[in-house]
Amino acid sequence: MSTETIENASIRRQFITFHSGDQEFGADIMAIREIRGWTKTTSLPHAPDFVRGVINLRGVVLPVVDLKARLGRGCTDPDPKHVVVVVKAGERTIGLLVDAVSDILTVTAGDIQPTPDLARDAQAEFVEGIAVLDNRMVTILSMDRLAASLVGEGLAQAA
Amino acid sequence: MDPMEAIKQTYFQECEELLLAMEEGLIAIQSGEADSEVINAVFRAVHSIKGGGGAFGFENLVAFAHIFETVLDHLRSGTLAADEEVATVLLRAGDVLADHVQAARNGEILAAEHDREIKQQLETLSGKEGGCDAAGDFDGIDFKPAVIALDDLDPAAQQGWRIHFAPHAALYAKANEPALLVRELATLGETAVTSDLSRLPALDVIEPDQAYFAWDIVLKGDIARDKIEEVFEFVVGDCELDIQPLETPAPETPEGLDVETMAPQPEVAAGQPEKKEAHAAAEAAKQTIRVDLDKVDRLVNLVGELVITQAMLSQRVAECKIPRSSPIGDGLNELEHLLRELQESVMAIRTQPVKSVFQRMPRLVRELAAQTNKKVRLVVEGEGTEVDKTVIERLGEPLTHMIRNAVDHGLETPDERAAAGKPEEGTVTLSAEHRGGRIVIEVSDDGRGINRARVREKAIERELIAASAQLSDEEIDNLIFMPGFSTASQVSNISGRGVGMDVVRRNIVDLGGRITIGSAPKSGSRFSLTLPLTLAVLDGMVVAVGDQTFVLPLAHIIESLKPQPQDIRPFGHGRHLLNVRGAYVPLVQVSELMGIKGAAKPLDGVVILVESQGTGRLALVVDAILGQHQVVIKSFEGNYRHIDGIAAATILGDGRVALILDVDGLVGRCRSQLADAELQPTGT
Amino acid sequence: MGKVILTVDDSKTMRDMLKLALAGAGHSVIQADDGVNGVEALQNAGAVDVIITDINMPRMDGFGFIDQVRRDPKNRAIPILVLTTETEPAKKQRARDAGATGWIVKPFEPAKLLAAVNRVAP
Repeated sequence: MSTETIENASIRRQFITFHSGDQEFGADIMAIREIRGWTKTTSLPHAPDFVRGVINLRGVVLPVVDLKARLGRGCTDPDPKHVVVVVKAGERTIGLLVDAVSDILTVTAGDIQPTPDLARDAQAEFVEGIAVLDNRMVTILSMDRLAASLVGEGLAQAA
Repeated sequence: MDPMEAIKQTYFQECEELLLAMEEGLIAIQSGEADSEVINAVFRAVHSIKGGGGAFGFENLVAFAHIFETVLDHLRSGTLAADEEVATVLLRAGDVLADHVQAARNGEILAAEHDREIKQQLETLSGKEGGCDAAGDFDGIDFKPAVIALDDLDPAAQQGWRIHFAPHAALYAKANEPALLVRELATLGETAVTSDLSRLPALDVIEPDQAYFAWDIVLKGDIARDKIEEVFEFVVGDCELDIQPLETPAPETPEGLDVETMAPQPEVAAGQPEKKEAHAAAEAAKQTIRVDLDKVDRLVNLVGELVITQAMLSQRVAECKIPRSSPIGDGLNELEHLLRELQESVMAIRTQPVKSVFQRMPRLVRELAAQTNKKVRLVVEGEGTEVDKTVIERLGEPLTHMIRNAVDHGLETPDERAAAGKPEEGTVTLSAEHRGGRIVIEVSDDGRGINRARVREKAIERELIAASAQLSDEEIDNLIFMPGFSTASQVSNISGRGVGMDVVRRNIVDLGGRITIGSAPKSGSRFSLTLPLTLAVLDGMVVAVGDQTFVLPLAHIIESLKPQPQDIRPFGHGRHLLNVRGAYVPLVQVSELMGIKGAAKPLDGVVILVESQGTGRLALVVDAILGQHQVVIKSFEGNYRHIDGIAAATILGDGRVALILDVDGLVGRCRSQLADAELQPTGT
Repeated sequence: MGKVILTVDDSKTMRDMLKLALAGAGHSVIQADDGVNGVEALQNAGAVDVIITDINMPRMDGFGFIDQVRRDPKNRAIPILVLTTETEPAKKQRARDAGATGWIVKPFEPAKLLAAVNRVAP
């Protein structure tokens, strides 16, 4: 889905951008359900370090992923100033722990560049493209791939 | 939706119920337990299926149902005896009728060859006693339609008709009303009505419920005779009726009176009730309503959330140091009480008798018996046992497979049975009952039992076990649940449908259930399924481990105890056993299993003795017991993967998520680890 | 003029079809699913202009129902139409013997049903 939208250069897309570590990331606004302050999670046994555990979101048990750790940049030490971005991708709902949400970005698909080949690190798997605007570089993440990586075999390997 | 389409859906739903009722009755007939009410019920079911089918133009279905119904009618009237042969044909006919309904539902028509043979058998049955053809039904009828002249050839018909109509008292007794008939005649053409008062006696001898009036009606116009007869259809036999073409000279008539003003109403004396505003909504009390399952699920979820909110509220109130005995506390207690009732009532909406699944099995057994040339009797017990609909929905497949397995592998051929001194007919028993807050479903047969030597050989052949393995009978029996195991020397077309007992077991485990097998050579096998009554809630013990909270399903807990130092024995590499009144049970710290740091050591904590059916016991060490609650089960597997040792999650009173331990999984894993340490299982 | 019509049939399909046809013609429909409930519904309804009943029903069949209705003097004048199939003339006669006013052959066309109702009730 993402490749197709990127190629269609005239389509305008909106992203919520947020900071995690020293980077700025963007997630398609259509996937974002809400943004919550950090609350203590219930740890999951045998979970990889980037799975912070689960929280209760109005009756739904929501796994929370530490974005920084997921992208292989070390674990976040969360405090109440951190936020959890609730993302719905397909049938799955997950929470993303990030440092702070910055703003809403409107770009045309043409502003998004494909991932540079050299980015063969842990985050490449989830990067949909790079949006460059006025000296800002926002890494657009695929929420679908992030959520899907929590279910099934992919996670076991990552762990 | 188009109203007719909605009614059609109702019809198919109703057909399902009727087919089940029919089959139940037919089985009773087969076993010789049917009384006239049972036969009537079967007749009614087929009759209703036919009636509705006619309304939707399902001609093949109606034609078949009609032949079927005719045989049932003979059975009902006693002209046909329900012997075994008849019962077998009827059951087969029931299956074919179900096929017709299914075909109609799919918008298809059943191929003629599908029901040809059974139709012939049914026709033979209804012809058996002779003299019971359609004509026989007319016997004793005193209201034959009037003989009709060939209207179209009758020139008089072009002019009109002269009708003499003299009601008998019986006409009024059946609430027919001459004035209405005359009114209806007037819709056919111009009428001139004269009253014939010749039968009116003197006033002092008039009986209120006798008929004294008669009418002569001249109806003008080109009207077919049968149109007129149709008007009088309901009263033929209850009146004198003479319909003549107009040119016939009218008989002398006495003084005429207008029928509209002189319509006799002998029944008025009987007192026609005053017409009041009737409430269309005042429908007779219905026994059931159909509700979209989504609506019920929404309700269940809402109630679940309400329970959590209430628990959170209680906790907040407690934190504010408001005593439980205050008015607020009283209100909360009341709320809690009502909520629990509400929750139970809502959960009860979803429960259904297992009958809906069990009902599908007799047909399966009949078909299997026919395919394998075995004689099989299916005994069904406890079909009224209720369980959550979600559980029922997922029972069909494992049950089907177990029944297949019982007939195909379990039961011997009639010859083999006879040789073994058993009755030729094998019995498969399907039963359900509530036991300890769960439902237990058993499928047993009186067949040959598990051929352990063969199972063992096969398992070695398939490299499932080592050739040198020492296995108990029970362990050998359980080999059939191993993936890729099949005992049939050649894949039969019955059991060899690509699913093995391993899949059955997985389905059951996925439902939070367990399956066990018991077998005795030559006398049969018994599979027991133990399942939760609902997939939505469970009674749990809430325990603390380090800074985490877990829930243990109460159904698995045998007891909790405070371990004494002398009861704990080291065993193998870093493992321990706990002596529980002489039985040594593996002792495991939940903190270790779940990777939690800072939890209590065994001697400082509490031991909870849990049992997993089939795999044995385990002593789990936790820091403390926090309480017992009914918790709403929340799956997180849609958003996350399965976690070993965790069954699901729930939300506690403080709003936080707690994980529910999977006792079966934990016991199985810990015991197999101990077995790896070359330890013989204990405590089973 | 809309009439109040009590329909008695154990088949919901048939009840729904009757209701569709009758209510569509402006009649008020009261439903019952067997003879026993039919008698009860009749008692509760106050006034009923026409009764339409099936014959084959559990608990109390159509014959029993008609008999029960006619036993009450105040119900003697209520026209009762029996739902029947063409193949059962003997049943028509039995229904008439029991006091039925007329019959409707299943499956019915709405127009025929309404004509039959009009034939028996003003």
